[in-house]
Amino acid sequence: MSTTLPDDRRYSREHEWVRIEGSMAVIGITSFAADELGDIVYVELPELGATLAQFSSFGVVESVKAVSDLFAPVSGDVAEVNEELRGSPELLNTDPFGAGWIAKVTLSDAAEMEQLLDAAAYAELTAG
Amino acid sequence: MVAYAGYDMPVQYTSIMEEHRTVRGAVGLFDLSHMGEMHLSGPEALAFARYAVVSDPGLLEPGQAQYSMLCAADGGIIDDVIVYRVEDGYLIVCNAANHDAVLAQLESLRAHGDFDVTLADRSEETALIAPQGPRAAELLGRLTDADLATLGNYRSIPGRVAGTECLIARTGYTGEDGFELFCSVRRAKRLWEALISTGADLGLKPCGLGSRDTLRLEAGMPLYGNELDRSVNPYEANLGRVVKMEKGEFVGRAALAAVQQTGPARKLVGLTMRDDAIARHGYPVLVDGSEAGIVTSGTLSPTLGERIAMAYLPAAQAAVGGEVEVLVRDRPHPAEQVKLPFYRRPKPDAA
Repeated sequence: MSTTLPDDRRYSREHEWVRIEGSMAVIGITSFAADELGDIVYVELPELGATLAQFSSFGVVESVKAVSDLFAPVSGDVAEVNEELRGSPELLNTDPFGAGWIAKVTLSDAAEMEQLLDAAAYAELTAG
Repeated sequence: MVAYAGYDMPVQYTSIMEEHRTVRGAVGLFDLSHMGEMHLSGPEALAFARYAVVSDPGLLEPGQAQYSMLCAADGGIIDDVIVYRVEDGYLIVCNAANHDAVLAQLESLRAHGDFDVTLADRSEETALIAPQGPRAAELLGRLTDADLATLGNYRSIPGRVAGTECLIARTGYTGEDGFELFCSVRRAKRLWEALISTGADLGLKPCGLGSRDTLRLEAGMPLYGNELDRSVNPYEANLGRVVKMEKGEFVGRAALAAVQQTGPARKLVGLTMRDDAIARHGYPVLVDGSEAGIVTSGTLSPTLGERIAMAYLPAAQAAVGGEVEVLVRDRPHPAEQVKLPFYRRPKPDAA
């Protein structure tokens, strides 16, 4: 279980992270979320071109036991999805902050990032 | 940890997949102390047991056990249980969630019937610890002098395990060889710790509710609350062979005889998904494009790597090989009806 939170990104209360990469916002779930879910066996990725609204559901992640919604940390249009997750959903467990990224969206409103937590605040949220 | 029928229980200790694989390949350890244990004794304990359940405890040899159900007068299942013939009577082991319903039913039958039977609810004082897997016998052999070699499937003997008095039963809910050890709650922690430490070099892992569910589903075993409930009769659930009409009168006999005559309206089937969607409890099943049935349980099978499920379909449409669709988040996904169980453990003498 990873306890080091990257500080190059922001976090939502629903346990997603978002990192700016040029003009794109890269989205994923945190190690906290992945650990809570357990062995992840399926990810339903959003469609290319889909418009995401901040804090709305944009996909689904399934563990052996349960189905969970993915909530967009920011609004934007889906420009790219991580095809690796189709064959290797377990990447969300092994490397949720890196190789387990879920989607890249064109950020529609940079100010939305202000509504998210920084690493320290998210760490506090998820502490014990 | 989750709240489960009034108990705090772990869904997993490490990972559902790991725990599942440990039971299939080595030995897993389950704490099942939440289960209910109802003890019957006295001159008419057998007659009472034969009246209360649908199977025939009269067929049990000393030390033998049988899978059974308590049904209501309308044939609906109150609980599925295992009935053990023990030295001083019979032990009915029931699901924790149905403890109150089973006790109420047994007390009602005793009060209204004319049976000379003593009914004792031993649930609170009885712990149940279950080592399950191909190495379970080896593990237990290190901790008991009881003759495990002659203890066959669905049989039990009293014995000492790690110094603790137990009823040692060769029963389980995983589809593997294994044991269920009934002991006093006062000795449970000590017994658990002895099994954990002795089993370390055998690869033993403690296992939670998550793997308990994936294991039984692979083995095609029903779960009360999913496949079975008060609205289901044994014939619908593929459990007609458990009902022994020839033993004489028992609760639900008339209703069940009628179902047996006409055939059940719906049938429990196994499904294997054809694509990578996972079918889950409550998802609709379509036959020829229209909603016809419902999924009762489903998961990704850790052993088989397939997406498996059980579902009820109208009897006329239940057929191995039949094609159906499961609605997953409003989209239909193809599935095939398959024979149960999905998994059977290899026979010991298989080449």
